[in-house]
Amino acid sequence: MGNAHRPYLFPLLLLIAGLVLLAGCGSDHRFVKKTTFEDANAITIEFAGPVDASWATDKSNFTVYEKPDPDILLTIQDISLGPDQHRVTLTFQDDLNQDQPHVVTTTDIRSQGRSIGPAVLTVKKLYMGYLLSIFIGAMVISNFVFTKYLGLCVFFGTSQRKSTAVGMGITFTMVIVVSAMMAWFLYQFVLKPYRLDFLQIVVFIGLVSLSVQAVDTILRKVNPALFKAFGVYLVLVIANCIIIAVPLILADNEYNAFESLMLAAGAGLGFLIALFLMSSVRERLDLANVPPTFRGLPIAFVVAGLFALAFLGFSGMSIF
Amino acid sequence: MPATTKSNFQLVSNGILNENPIFRLALSMCPAVGISTSVMNGILLGIAVLFVQVFSSCTIAAIKDYIHPRIRIPTYTLTIATWVTVIDLVLAAYMPAAYKEMGIFVKLIVAFAIITMRLETFACKNSVQASFWDGIGMGFGFMFGMMALGLVRELLGMGTILGYDVLGFRPLLFFVLPAAGFFCVGLMMGLFNYIELTYNRKKKGT
Repeated sequence: MGNAHRPYLFPLLLLIAGLVLLAGCGSDHRFVKKTTFEDANAITIEFAGPVDASWATDKSNFTVYEKPDPDILLTIQDISLGPDQHRVTLTFQDDLNQDQPHVVTTTDIRSQGRSIGPAVLTVKKLYMGYLLSIFIGAMVISNFVFTKYLGLCVFFGTSQRKSTAVGMGITFTMVIVVSAMMAWFLYQFVLKPYRLDFLQIVVFIGLVSLSVQAVDTILRKVNPALFKAFGVYLVLVIANCIIIAVPLILADNEYNAFESLMLAAGAGLGFLIALFLMSSVRERLDLANVPPTFRGLPIAFVVAGLFALAFLGFSGMSIF
Repeated sequence: MPATTKSNFQLVSNGILNENPIFRLALSMCPAVGISTSVMNGILLGIAVLFVQVFSSCTIAAIKDYIHPRIRIPTYTLTIATWVTVIDLVLAAYMPAAYKEMGIFVKLIVAFAIITMRLETFACKNSVQASFWDGIGMGFGFMFGMMALGLVRELLGMGTILGYDVLGFRPLLFFVLPAAGFFCVGLMMGLFNYIELTYNRKKKGT
């Protein structure tokens, strides 16, 4: 019975995921095609149609700031308009810190005498590199277990054996990717438009329980062998605070679909790495002669402290 | 566990000593490691947890007869999430500086195992009054644990207590580093175990 439905299920899931991703990569404004950093101190905005020269070259029509500091406005030195009036290049007095996303706010866009409405645009540098840096960042540089101290209950509970550790890590990565994407979708398209941000916690925790239940049901039907191996860990996933922390971080940072996917996958794999490292040490610790007062959890904490010190070495590292 | 026969005082002291959430039950370790860098942090998060624990215990104890056993865990989670939202908004509005320092941990109270565990093992079987005192005990037990950790780390790391300079120098800056949280919790647990072991040995000896 189950097998008959199988060929349809996977393409359907892919289609849904694809639609979600497409929705996420659209521009911030319907009239703006693309925004990029140019050289060290310029931002280029490409419009879908020609814009009026009188509007585009007036400096007071654009305000630009770095996303984390909305109070500090950057000074625009010069604005140039491309020959076909599609491209506007803003040149700044100082070099831009391209590691930070910049926000460009425009007044009412004027095009061929018509007004298109104001736009708020986000400018980011080279996209793949940026995504990769989010991924590596969540996985190693700011590992959720060793540098953010989240998910410790489950971390100490399931790191006694290597096999348990790997099982837990894989299950966790699966669930966190599913639930984070759903949380992102719900936050961007339901909570934010209707100004229900204050319900974040209630909605996200409900969503996480639901997605654990969903993964449980789907896995049981689609792949019983896998379910047999990983089913026991599904219950534990819900007790892990990383799974609720990731949606909250996504919502705080206003990440888009790709960035959210990278953060969630990085968080999951980072947890897997942490679990694997820890379980390797704890298997050895069983054979060691530990003082009776430190047996069990206390020595595990001291070991985790040493790992945390080692992971401190990654801090401040930046890729791309 | 049948309805409790303990007095209110026993319920409170049980949470602080015998079943201390941090050192004895080893639950909700994340904040104990993450933000126990000062006594003040411990007190503030302690108050938040106390609030959430007491109010969700009372809520569940009051409506326990109407909850179908099969959906009890989702009910607990949503109750806790509601009260966490309340304390989150209150702290953000009235104590923005402290709220910023505690960061995401206030919102993460919703995932603390200790609160769900108390609802599951205590509040759903006892009266509102008993649950109230149990919640107070657990909340203060958590606050006590956080303060003890904060005291050690602040004193050894910065030489201060609650921001007042006590020692006049900084003995071991290492202890305010985030990674030291693990060491501190590990050593404190070892200490608790040691006290327990020697105490039991003495009792057997006499």
